[in-house]
Amino acid sequence: MFKHLKQLTSLFAMIAVLFAFTTEAMAKKSKTLKNTQKKGFVRCGVSQGLPGFSNADASGNWTGIDVDVCRAVAAAVLGDANKVKFTPLSAKERFTALTSGEIDVLARNTTWTLSRDADIGLTFVGVNFYDGQGFMVRKSSGITSVDQFKNGISACTNIGTTTELNMRDFFNSRGISYEPVAFEKADEVVAAYDAGRCDTYTTDKSGLAAQRTKMKNPDEHIVLPETISKEPLGPVVRQGDAVWEDIVRWSLNTMIEAEEYGITSANADSMKTSDNPQIKRLVGAEGEMGAAFGLDNEWNLRIIKQVGNYGESYKRNIADTGILPDRGPNQLWTKGGILYVPPAR
Amino acid sequence: MNNKIKRILPQLLTILFVVLVFGFFTINAQVNMDNRGIDFGFGFLSQEASFDMQFTLLDYDGQDSYLWAYVVALLNTLLVSVLGIIFCTILGVIIGIARLSQNFLIKNSAAWYVEFFRNIPLLLQIFFWYYAALRALPLPENAQPWFGVTYMTIKGYYIPSMIWENLNVFMSCLIAAIVTIIFIRIYAKKIQEKEGKQLPVLYISLALITILPLLSFLIGGVTLDFEMPVLKQLAQTSFIFEGGIALPPELIALVLALSLYTSTFVAECVRAGIQGISKGQKEAAASVGLTPNQILKLVIMPQALRIIIPPTTNQYLNLTKNSSLAAAIAYPDLVLVFAGTALMQTGKAIEIVGITMLTYLSISLAIAALMNWYNKRIEIKEK
Repeated sequence: MFKHLKQLTSLFAMIAVLFAFTTEAMAKKSKTLKNTQKKGFVRCGVSQGLPGFSNADASGNWTGIDVDVCRAVAAAVLGDANKVKFTPLSAKERFTALTSGEIDVLARNTTWTLSRDADIGLTFVGVNFYDGQGFMVRKSSGITSVDQFKNGISACTNIGTTTELNMRDFFNSRGISYEPVAFEKADEVVAAYDAGRCDTYTTDKSGLAAQRTKMKNPDEHIVLPETISKEPLGPVVRQGDAVWEDIVRWSLNTMIEAEEYGITSANADSMKTSDNPQIKRLVGAEGEMGAAFGLDNEWNLRIIKQVGNYGESYKRNIADTGILPDRGPNQLWTKGGILYVPPAR
Repeated sequence: MNNKIKRILPQLLTILFVVLVFGFFTINAQVNMDNRGIDFGFGFLSQEASFDMQFTLLDYDGQDSYLWAYVVALLNTLLVSVLGIIFCTILGVIIGIARLSQNFLIKNSAAWYVEFFRNIPLLLQIFFWYYAALRALPLPENAQPWFGVTYMTIKGYYIPSMIWENLNVFMSCLIAAIVTIIFIRIYAKKIQEKEGKQLPVLYISLALITILPLLSFLIGGVTLDFEMPVLKQLAQTSFIFEGGIALPPELIALVLALSLYTSTFVAECVRAGIQGISKGQKEAAASVGLTPNQILKLVIMPQALRIIIPPTTNQYLNLTKNSSLAAAIAYPDLVLVFAGTALMQTGKAIEIVGITMLTYLSISLAIAALMNWYNKRIEIKEK
């Protein structure tokens, strides 16, 4: 009889543990901020290495404009832009990692589309890079335009991306038969193309420019001029936590608007005494801009001081690294680009 | 009464436990999905898949549904599994018998082969074949022909394809030949049991299987042409072979790795099976005047198979499940296409992973059932 008793107790113990888990699932919403502050770091999903967007150096320091979004959030909610835990994710893993709660912000050059926004429990909070899909070929092939593509061309790309779908639309609409070779990791795609497995490599143009720097001989490859799709890339959060969604959205917006008003990491403190009320709002010297998020009033000042404005981030990560020196559409609306964010007031 | 409770209570508790665990996971998933606004349902299966696949056995186009994409991807998985099972069996039997050879060199080479391929992780072997061996192959324009008409290149192995005319006539001749051979074998067995006379079954079979199909060419109007792969220029330095059949390097690497790896386990099963037959059997057979070939075929193998089949079934199951490593090298199998691309595009994680798991379970159970049936058939019939 004792033997059974022992079995019984262990059984009940297991059941009790299981029910303990359920309480977490049933707790009320909008707790991401609370959890983040309790943990002391922002859990951020990034790419497995895309120069300019999210890339780790030899000592494990992450840099890139996607990384800066996470750093901005950390500066806002924790007061320190370095308190971020980065999780490198493949294109295939990224959404599951976010919906399952493994990460709280996904800043991984992710294209905003209707089905992603509406279907899979995600919310896109904005656009931090306007991109479009292009093709890379070997210079020696003599191809200078997608019009020269012929039947039988093989194209390397990533699985689980909008790229895969755009590629099909493109080749189909032109009536070209092609061989899609789709890998899970970006490095595998680049290696396959570099070895000659594919005639062309297709992904977002910024990605092409960035990956080109990783190839054996970057000069042997060119990115064709045509752009075959719209790819607005932006940070994503889980659906169901409206406050957290707002924090991430306005962290990004703050960086862009700071550039618009000429506030930089260097002059942010001195801007507190500016005559322009909008500038004062952006550095926490006027209004109660943080209260609605449950943050103090200098959350935006910290973003600008620790991470910099959007222009600084772009210059540091994308222009100075030689990936895309020309800002193109990613210029402020006041300077001929399409970066336009709602006013922070 | 007390005994009855003692008997039933543990069972009731087990059932309760299973129900609770399942209930917990279902409720947990439901609550979380509700919170995040994710719907559960299989409606997506009829939607347009809108992605392409590199390699398919049946016609597939992005306009087809996710369901069709699933079927086509499943066939790719089955193709790799079937090819892998065939090659690993052939290799495994040869190596297994070689390990029992009296020849020092053969015996030890076989032993080294087994130890080498068995002890390196499969994923590493797949990477080796794909990234090291096949990536080192020439570009199409530099490829030298193998056997005169086939080309092994970094973009794949190109072989001539057959163009048949009146294929059905040829096939009926072939089937007729096979059926006749089966009848002759049954007849020959009867004759042998009755009169002790042996008919030259092998020669008759060989003659039948060559002459009947040949006749279909001569008088049946069957013709066979080959379409050769021809080099085509896509751009200044970009070439491809057109025509014929193209086997993608991803398929070749996967089949190679899977069959080499699994063949070592099959070889060990074969060796164990043969060694499991007592020496007395062999000596007894020799003493009644059977030749070494007859001993192996009539005495050893029928008994050894009973030992070999069950563990080999396990290896076939392993190979099939291991074929899901295809996802690592871009071979469009069920995991890469369905649990990869389709999952990404639809976001239906629970549904798709569930379907994929059920599919592998069904394949494994089907193989197990088939091998159990075969095992039943050859085991000793006791009355």
